[in-house]
Amino acid sequence: MADRDPSCDLGARVLAKPSHPHESAHLHVTGQARYTDDLAEPADMLHLCFGQSSEAHARIVSMDLEAVRQAPGVHSVYTAADIPAANDVAPVAHDDPLLAEDEVVSHGQALFLVAGTSRDAARRAARLAKIEYEPLDAAITSAQARAANSLIEPTQRMARGDAGATLASAPHRAKGAFEMGGQDHFYLEGQIAVATPGEDGAVHIVSSTQHPSEVQHLVAHMLGLSSADVTVEVRRMGGAFGGKETQAALFAAAAALVAARTGRPAKLRCDRDDDMVMTGKRHPFEVAYEVGYDEEGHLLALSLFLSSTCGASVDLSPAINDRAMFHADNCYYLPNVEIVSERLKTNTVSATAFRGFGGPQGMLAIERILDDVATRLGRDPLEVRLANLYAAGRSETPYGMEIKDNIAPEIIARLRETARYDARNKAIHAFNAQSPVLKRGIALTPVKFGISFTTTHLNQAGALVHVYADGSIQVNHGGTEMGQGVYVKVAQVVADVFGVPLGTIRCTATRTDKVPNTSATAASSGADLNGMAAFNAASTIKARLVDFLSRTYACTPEDVTFGPEGVQAGAARLTFGEVARRAQIGRVSLSSTGFYATPDIAYDRAAHKGRPFYYFSYGAAVSEVAVDMLTGEHKVLAVDILHDVGASLNPAIDKGQIEGGFVQGQGWLTTEELVWDAQGRLLTHSPATYKIPTASDRPKRLTIELWDGQNVEPTINRSKAVGEPPFMLAISVFSALNRAVGACVPEARCLPPLDAPATPEKVLAAISGHRKEDAAA
Amino acid sequence: MAISFLLDGKRIDLDTVDPTGSVLDFLRTQLRRTGTKEGCAEGDCGACTVLVGTLEASDRVQWRALNSCIQFLPMLHGKALMTVESLAHDGVPNPLQACMAANGSSQCGFCTPGFVMSLHGRAIGATGCELPVEDVIAGNLCRCTGYGPILEAAQEVSVLAQNDAAVIAQLAEIEGGAASGEWEGRRWFAPRSADALASLCREYPNATLVAGATDVGLWITKGLKALETAIFIGDIAELATIEATDEALFLGANVRHADAHAALAQLHPDLGELWRRFAALQIRNAGTIGGNIANGSPIGDGPPALIALGAQLKLRSTEGTRTLPLEDFFLDYGKQDLREGEFVAGVRIPRPASGTVIHIAKLSRRFDSDISAVCGAFALTLEKGDVACARVAFGGMAATPRRAAACEAALVGQPFTQETMALAASALREDFTPLDDVRGSADYRLAAGGNLLHRLWLRAQGNSVAVLDLEALDG
Repeated sequence: MADRDPSCDLGARVLAKPSHPHESAHLHVTGQARYTDDLAEPADMLHLCFGQSSEAHARIVSMDLEAVRQAPGVHSVYTAADIPAANDVAPVAHDDPLLAEDEVVSHGQALFLVAGTSRDAARRAARLAKIEYEPLDAAITSAQARAANSLIEPTQRMARGDAGATLASAPHRAKGAFEMGGQDHFYLEGQIAVATPGEDGAVHIVSSTQHPSEVQHLVAHMLGLSSADVTVEVRRMGGAFGGKETQAALFAAAAALVAARTGRPAKLRCDRDDDMVMTGKRHPFEVAYEVGYDEEGHLLALSLFLSSTCGASVDLSPAINDRAMFHADNCYYLPNVEIVSERLKTNTVSATAFRGFGGPQGMLAIERILDDVATRLGRDPLEVRLANLYAAGRSETPYGMEIKDNIAPEIIARLRETARYDARNKAIHAFNAQSPVLKRGIALTPVKFGISFTTTHLNQAGALVHVYADGSIQVNHGGTEMGQGVYVKVAQVVADVFGVPLGTIRCTATRTDKVPNTSATAASSGADLNGMAAFNAASTIKARLVDFLSRTYACTPEDVTFGPEGVQAGAARLTFGEVARRAQIGRVSLSSTGFYATPDIAYDRAAHKGRPFYYFSYGAAVSEVAVDMLTGEHKVLAVDILHDVGASLNPAIDKGQIEGGFVQGQGWLTTEELVWDAQGRLLTHSPATYKIPTASDRPKRLTIELWDGQNVEPTINRSKAVGEPPFMLAISVFSALNRAVGACVPEARCLPPLDAPATPEKVLAAISGHRKEDAAA
Repeated sequence: MAISFLLDGKRIDLDTVDPTGSVLDFLRTQLRRTGTKEGCAEGDCGACTVLVGTLEASDRVQWRALNSCIQFLPMLHGKALMTVESLAHDGVPNPLQACMAANGSSQCGFCTPGFVMSLHGRAIGATGCELPVEDVIAGNLCRCTGYGPILEAAQEVSVLAQNDAAVIAQLAEIEGGAASGEWEGRRWFAPRSADALASLCREYPNATLVAGATDVGLWITKGLKALETAIFIGDIAELATIEATDEALFLGANVRHADAHAALAQLHPDLGELWRRFAALQIRNAGTIGGNIANGSPIGDGPPALIALGAQLKLRSTEGTRTLPLEDFFLDYGKQDLREGEFVAGVRIPRPASGTVIHIAKLSRRFDSDISAVCGAFALTLEKGDVACARVAFGGMAATPRRAAACEAALVGQPFTQETMALAASALREDFTPLDDVRGSADYRLAAGGNLLHRLWLRAQGNSVAVLDLEALDG
């Protein structure tokens, strides 16, 4: 077993700075990194394309697919009737059919599947179907769903204290409401899967998925096979961001169906526009609140209503909306609070996981509420934020968890200093006083993000480490590589255990036949869970080697050490390769699995109480923006970030996550707008109309510093998760935009009516609305 | 031989080509060069960026970054192609690649080959490389990094040696002249002279003219259309002339937006800024001035500005040439004043008289590589403090790019004051009944479009009024 605590003394060798680059960086830049579509195609490969629903909600009266079948290059066409067993690709609720049966519930839903000799042939043929529909009442908007009481699950309530009574007695009360939009993942590599039939019914699938085990299980159920018959493999994804956690299953199952039915390999590479139409996105939210507060801005009571549009099926919406509730406190103590969370079912594509997983929506709500309180009191929003931070005696979350690692006050204090918030705030007031058309705004917002899957059993991981007799090492684990660098981090952990250079380690593709029963690489947990599982696997092998060497060289186990200079066993000095060779001759097993389950977490969902998180990741950002009062155009001018990743496994990788997360969050809150028409058709289904940030949207000045603390919990190297938390640093941009817009009526004691994303159009509407509100007041 | 081109010093001759087969598909499926990626297949993400070199003045190769997803194979004829696989030598990445690998420029890595090609182009002096690096890569989307390391790498490796001697010799050997072919019953032609084009247009009046394929490309990749007859006009050199005189700037129809940029910026800085934000470099390297006009889109960025400046359109056919004011060309949505067998030959933009107040503004969700919600262009001639003459044109407000007659009437003869501007802005409501659509609401278009008149007036008073000109305060 482990001869030392993984949480304490890593960092001496390969974990030390300078950071190792991403393990595939040299392949990325030369075009040699192979993604699913780059793998050689067997000559008999079939190419697939879905036929899609043109209606948001309808009964299928008839499907005439004759023209599809007769089209040039078509091999075969499949409908729900061709599915051998379960027609289901849903993660939890069995409500996402692979192919629609009698009814369609969202525009773009898969109706049938065409297999052709080329992708082009399949795409052309798929458009030739004649489908007769009988339209059914459709709930496209949140208002329509609410009116129809259309929900994916009962409305949830999380509460502590007596919000109602405290509101009634509070010195100040305010009500407000606003909306925030969803977000498309826009991973650069679209959804894709290749299925290859094996012998005796087996299927092998290369899928661009964050969740190979789930794809494996769903394909097995769909084909009436056992899990042992299905192998899913993923070497790398070209981006995912949550969009390939559940959404990849549809494409993998389609490929598996055709492979199983035809005995030929089958590939489904989804067109970008089809991908954007057919796959889920971040949940849009509507927020309404009533808040009671005192003269200093202390929140005394909060009644918060969060309503999300979940789309046509359950997917992961319950957990996502729970996470919104969990983050509606952010860094702030809410003594009397009631959070009501409504989960609307609509006839739009089912909303799904996306970096932050509901957290950003909950956090944006409380940050806007604090901006509102500050504006009404005429105080600086930062002062109001500081007044409400968790502190000794004010440290229990609305879900009853005691916060023991609260570093938000220190992070904010340091960032306030280094970003010179106060001086710039003052300079901006002066600038705005003499600039009628261009206004600036600045804001500092913090982040506290809970780490762990809130579905407790998901917090487990496995790894498989092989040491070969030449001293080279293969590492495999349940984590999938989507660009976040989990492979290099885990490889570093293993290299460190054996004291070998990183080049000794080869990371191999994530496969369900190497490590079974894995959880999705999600919830920022990849390195935490898989790093620890790989540490345990490597440590098992190391313990065997120590035992072998101490016997061979007649020394104590303590006299065996592994380091960059080689392996010392008593007086003997060997290379790691020599040790491996001798151990193999000495009949020592050089392969081991490793396992890890996060300790000390438990959650009672019925009561919404417990300790769902192992720890919290923290951060804070200061953003400065400028707004054009004539057009609503705006620009993020400068951003300073101080972020907590504990004792980093790889500072360069972590900084990359922070910057990328921030800019993605900025996109969510500014340029990325999803537009549906009244018939439930997504109009922004391509990069021509859906605008993620470009290089010039990145703030000209962007500084990122890592907080120099370590995790209070014994995580791998005392590091912290980094994937999702930085996304929410971008809330500072939205808050700064509010202040800039508000500056058009500096004396107004209300917040501009700005919704997210703050497109130029929404900003101009907020300016006009703010002026009207002020005139009315 | 239908077409011939160079790839890594090797000549590739194709006897027959699918005229609307993309360069990207050819690379990935025929040559199995899979480094070049498909991210969107519509020229918006840049993952498929390649460099294409053309022989210029027989002793120089001009390289351009292009989106290979919407470049058709016949367009490669007589040119040299460079992909991400071309850069490493003996397995050793070039200095730009090495820098990007070391500094965290890639995360998922899928967009990376496209960025490598755009920045490699910049380092070897490809078209448009004089622009700030953010503009050079505005057509490359990255969803992972936030762009910081990529921008850093670009600063680090901004110049790379490129020896084109062999390419020049080999390109000279390729008969890059007119080409044509047939594919599954569909005809295509790639003429090399305007006369040949005129004859083809007479013979095939329903042929699709393809210049840069930045729009037609999507008819294929997204619309899955088949072009019965395609005429590739992009390499007709005599239609690609830029003539600047004291009176006017003449741009041949085939002038690429990237090549027109400097001359337009010289005409007026607002034109330079508009063309900087005109799609992205890969599109400006492909798309032409004439294509942008002939296409007739109500949201094309070029026409409103050119109309406001009084541009004259030159049309040509076997019957000769005719000239008409650009605004008269746009008859209705999808309908232009183009007679059978006629094609757009060029546009003449008069140089603004001194004292003309000009403002051209594009409003879009995102500054770079976006399509206008509203594009407003104003040219006011002032005499003794009054507006003597006004040309106001808008894109995104109607079914065609159009002048705003009521707005112009509200300006002419009035003093050049803020009040006049406000009245003229209100008059836009008489001129236009814009649509609510995916790019903006009617309200936004009218309100922001009108406010541009206020901005014009403020600018004329010497005020700086663009957020893009601001920098963070030091405090």
